[in-house]
Amino acid sequence: MTPKGQAPSTGGLTLSFNESNKYKGVITISAIADIFPALIQGVEVTLKVLFASIILGYSMAFIAGFCRLSNNIILRSFTGFYVEVFRGTSLIVQLFWLFYALPMLFNFDIGSNFWAGVLAISLNYGAYMSEIVRGSILSVAKGQHEASTALNMTRFQRMRLVILPQAVRMMLPEFGNYLILMLKSTSLVSLIGMHDILYQGDLLRDANLSQAPTVYLLVLVFYFLMALPLIWLTKKMEAFSKKGVATQ
Amino acid sequence: MSNWQWDTFFEAFPLVVEGLGITISLTFACYLCALIVGFIWTFIGRMKMKPLRWVLSWVMEFIRSTPPLVQLFFLYFAWPMVPYVGVTLDPFTCAVLGLGVHYSTYIGEVYRSGIDNVEKGQWEASKALNFSTPKKWTKIILPQAIPPTIPMLGNYLIIMFKEVPLASTIGVVGILQLANNYGAQNFRYLEPLTIVAILFLVLSYPSALLIKKLENKMNRRFDKKEALHSMKESKGAVS
Repeated sequence: MTPKGQAPSTGGLTLSFNESNKYKGVITISAIADIFPALIQGVEVTLKVLFASIILGYSMAFIAGFCRLSNNIILRSFTGFYVEVFRGTSLIVQLFWLFYALPMLFNFDIGSNFWAGVLAISLNYGAYMSEIVRGSILSVAKGQHEASTALNMTRFQRMRLVILPQAVRMMLPEFGNYLILMLKSTSLVSLIGMHDILYQGDLLRDANLSQAPTVYLLVLVFYFLMALPLIWLTKKMEAFSKKGVATQ
Repeated sequence: MSNWQWDTFFEAFPLVVEGLGITISLTFACYLCALIVGFIWTFIGRMKMKPLRWVLSWVMEFIRSTPPLVQLFFLYFAWPMVPYVGVTLDPFTCAVLGLGVHYSTYIGEVYRSGIDNVEKGQWEASKALNFSTPKKWTKIILPQAIPPTIPMLGNYLIIMFKEVPLASTIGVVGILQLANNYGAQNFRYLEPLTIVAILFLVLSYPSALLIKKLENKMNRRFDKKEALHSMKESKGAVS
């Protein structure tokens, strides 16, 4: 269950740290040169998990957000239950539950640890973001609803042409923050055995403990480098949502 | 529900609940650490030296945008190996430092927003009345800056509670770790993990409701626009 306790399977990885005693925790160029290519192998997995969870998470946010606003009481309460359960428990528990407990409960396999990870992250953040979707739609001025009704628009037209364009603008800054949160949470998939950056880092650490500082610093730098575009995007989204809006 | 076993559930329940004390005390320890370190960030951020502020903003951004899990691993596995300053930390201290410092960057922002929201006139008035710096802060700024941030700080306590199971990865024996241990021994993860999920839900959902109530109360008290509006309305009613 705890991958950290297990002996590492350095399987296909052939790394030689013959000169390792020279480093003794000191960060050297040659140590970085050894570690860098090994960590690069994990970037692809991290990015895959990230993009899949972003797409699924945002879709989930809109689906759940609209369902909570629907007139159907069963749909509304069911979505409310989903949102409260996923916001009330922690992501790591949900991840372990989806990966270890769910297959046991219903005798079915979720497919792979990739889907368990993506589902856990997207359902968790989808629940948080659905509240943003709901809140933004509700905070569009009432007059807009009334005006579009007066113009004889259908319910669907009202939402698509009048309400949503104004609501999405309010959602953007918060959505940007959740991008970075999702990136951070992708590191959890290493706990269910996916070979992401952190997992590669753990392998390197197990191979040579004295290099741990270099390894984890590089892992942190990798995550930071991946976060930088997202931070930039968040700032852009914030600027966009402020543009042309009268401040009261 | 073919595989659900109630006797496993009742057997695992007392074993898992035993870890609740550690989980909750770790939550409060991490939270305290975050509150203190957050104060330090805010304090440095208010200094007049521009390069210092610039460095600080990048350090905070770095801590905030890298995963807390990696930071925990860094503290637990790598810190003892760092030359000169490295010391071996036990898992509990590691978790307090790691999660505390990670969330301190968020708490620091909360403090900052609280201070920034104090009106400019209040600063000017304290200057005009010749208040000393400590008096200005304790008598004028902080009493107005802190109360509106209390709901936000409460939210971060709940968030912290939900992040604490991360510490099980470095061996803090909280409820998640106990559930994992039970699962590994008996090859049954379903019931113990469900117990953990239920415990989290039962503890965090009512506290979230409480915070929401507090938030509404605070909004009524501190939303000046609304207060002004209600004043106008009551005046209108009189005339």
